[in-house]
Amino acid sequence: MDLLEYQGKQFFASFDIPVSPGEAVTTVEEAVAAADRIGYPVVVKAQVHVGGRGKAGGVKLASNTSEAREHAGNILGLDIKGHIVKIVWIESASDIAEEYYASFTLDRAAKKHLGMLSAQGGVEIEVVADENPDAIAKIWIDPVDGLTEEVARAWVLAANLNPAANDGAVDILLKLYRAYTEGDADLCEINPLILKPTGEVHALDAKVTLDGNAEFRHEGWEVYDATQVRDEREQAAHDKGLQYVGLEGSVGVIANGAGLAMSTVDIVNQVGGKPANFLDIGGGANAEVMAGALEVINNDPAVKAIFINIFGGITKGDEVANGIVTALGRVKIDSPIVIRIDGTNAEQGRAILAEHESDMLQSKSTMLEAAKAVVELAK
Amino acid sequence: MAIFVDENTKVLYQGLTGSQGRFYGLRNRDYGTQVVAGVNPKKAGTDVDGIPVYGSVAEAKAATGATVSCVFIPAPGVQAAVLEAAEAGLELVVVITEGVPAQDEAYFFNKVKRDFPGTRILGPNCPGIISPGKANIGITAGEIAKPGGPVGIVSRSGTLTYQALYELKLQNIGVTTCVGIGGDPVPGTSFIDCLEAFEADPETKAVMLIGEIGGSAEEEAAEFIKNHMTKPVSAYIAGVTAPPGKKMGHAGAIVSGGKGTAAAKMKALTDAGVKVGNNPTEAGELMVEIVKGL
Repeated sequence: MDLLEYQGKQFFASFDIPVSPGEAVTTVEEAVAAADRIGYPVVVKAQVHVGGRGKAGGVKLASNTSEAREHAGNILGLDIKGHIVKIVWIESASDIAEEYYASFTLDRAAKKHLGMLSAQGGVEIEVVADENPDAIAKIWIDPVDGLTEEVARAWVLAANLNPAANDGAVDILLKLYRAYTEGDADLCEINPLILKPTGEVHALDAKVTLDGNAEFRHEGWEVYDATQVRDEREQAAHDKGLQYVGLEGSVGVIANGAGLAMSTVDIVNQVGGKPANFLDIGGGANAEVMAGALEVINNDPAVKAIFINIFGGITKGDEVANGIVTALGRVKIDSPIVIRIDGTNAEQGRAILAEHESDMLQSKSTMLEAAKAVVELAK
Repeated sequence: MAIFVDENTKVLYQGLTGSQGRFYGLRNRDYGTQVVAGVNPKKAGTDVDGIPVYGSVAEAKAATGATVSCVFIPAPGVQAAVLEAAEAGLELVVVITEGVPAQDEAYFFNKVKRDFPGTRILGPNCPGIISPGKANIGITAGEIAKPGGPVGIVSRSGTLTYQALYELKLQNIGVTTCVGIGGDPVPGTSFIDCLEAFEADPETKAVMLIGEIGGSAEEEAAEFIKNHMTKPVSAYIAGVTAPPGKKMGHAGAIVSGGKGTAAAKMKALTDAGVKVGNNPTEAGELMVEIVKGL
């Protein structure tokens, strides 16, 4: 779950990481009122789940009320790489002496936490990593040990920041590590982390990805969920608790299991079709789940044909077939369906489907045959 | 022979008294697995269809000689369950539960590795492990696998594993052991752990590897195969056409920053001499050819 900048800053603030005071608003009038309250100069910042907003005109400095009005008016509604700006964050402008970079994430290969710190901040870290990898000081932290002050200090020294920033950086890194671990984040990134002329170190931006699996032990994460960007299809699937990713094509895909669903999307592409989505209905594909999945797919106007790909393991083929038949009785489907059932009791499952076969419903015995048939129908 | 578990393996179930634990625990017993105990501190002294329930893993182990645990505890309790099993000295802890926070996985993986090096974790978010005809621990439907050999399977995906087992069975090819390592960011057992064990197992003559997008586990496996495997390997990678930045069902299945793509994984495996199929059926056919040539 990706947080918007202002949510990330509120998240940081809850771990005592210094951030600029500000307000999130959705209208020009609110923006002006907030700017007046905060005091000029302020920065008006587009809140979108995509990078590169500065270049797109989504970050502007305002020195007075009329500038705040002008910038908020221009930024609200702005299209940044397909993301329409609905929220702007107004914050007190900061004087910057130097810009750094700091982050924590999981290194899956090392199975340890990876901390990265660089004196070259304010630019994309991938660019620094490519052009000047030595400019990034990295440490791997064993989660059992955590990050101690001693280790943090040695790490900061290795990064060669301005010595005036060292104490402040150690303090922020210790807090950021706590935010990352206790806050159950997959990523906590500050870019830029700034040194002010007055000597304070401060998080000027916030990029936070939270681990949705940890929601059970954190209150208030629903507000983050509410600002996730989903298209209509993804929102409908999310509301039904389905694992859905919207794609651009015309073949609706339903499969049981994440691996099989990915594989189904792949095979549709391989035989010359374009999948409309990835949808995993999980291991226990009962009639209700199947009906919900069919509803989501059916409401996608781009879908011209539907591919249901089920491997019967724990859930047997005949049960799945009965589930599909029941689901079809509940939901009126506009596009033809091709079903492939394999695995345990696949024969019985196909026999059940055979009684219902028509122009709108056909059954194939292999993934490849089914994929070819459904792609033909979607043409 | 099989790897990690066989007909002599005694298994206890943490969460046997819950609906999932009971269903699969009894199903695994019906398959022939030695399901010797359940653990639930609130239900010690009771039984589940004749399987005794103990108050702790240590008690269950002392009373039954169990060496393996299968965990069906809900996600919030998984860390405590794994650490309890490791402290009790079990050799293998199979975590079926999905939705475990990544911070917990990273913590208990490193804690167990350091303090209880004799304990192997499999999972979380995995289908378990089956040595067909000998032991089935987890949620795989046993009847889709043909016992014997010569193929060993290791996979990050559940349904694709079932698909592979089933296709090999249709071709009358047996499996020594099939290990589902799970689709989470910190799997307790890696591809390499399994490849190493299959390489050492005299009855396994060839290995099928099923991977997916995200992380670099397949690339690391390819490096291991190139340098240490004498046995032939076939592979399939799911998610060739997955869009970047989107989690494809599994928490670990995500292409981010141009890393973890299926194309890179397929290339690494091909370069290591692995026969890589473009879909699960093709990978199965490649394995049939390998087995014919053994």
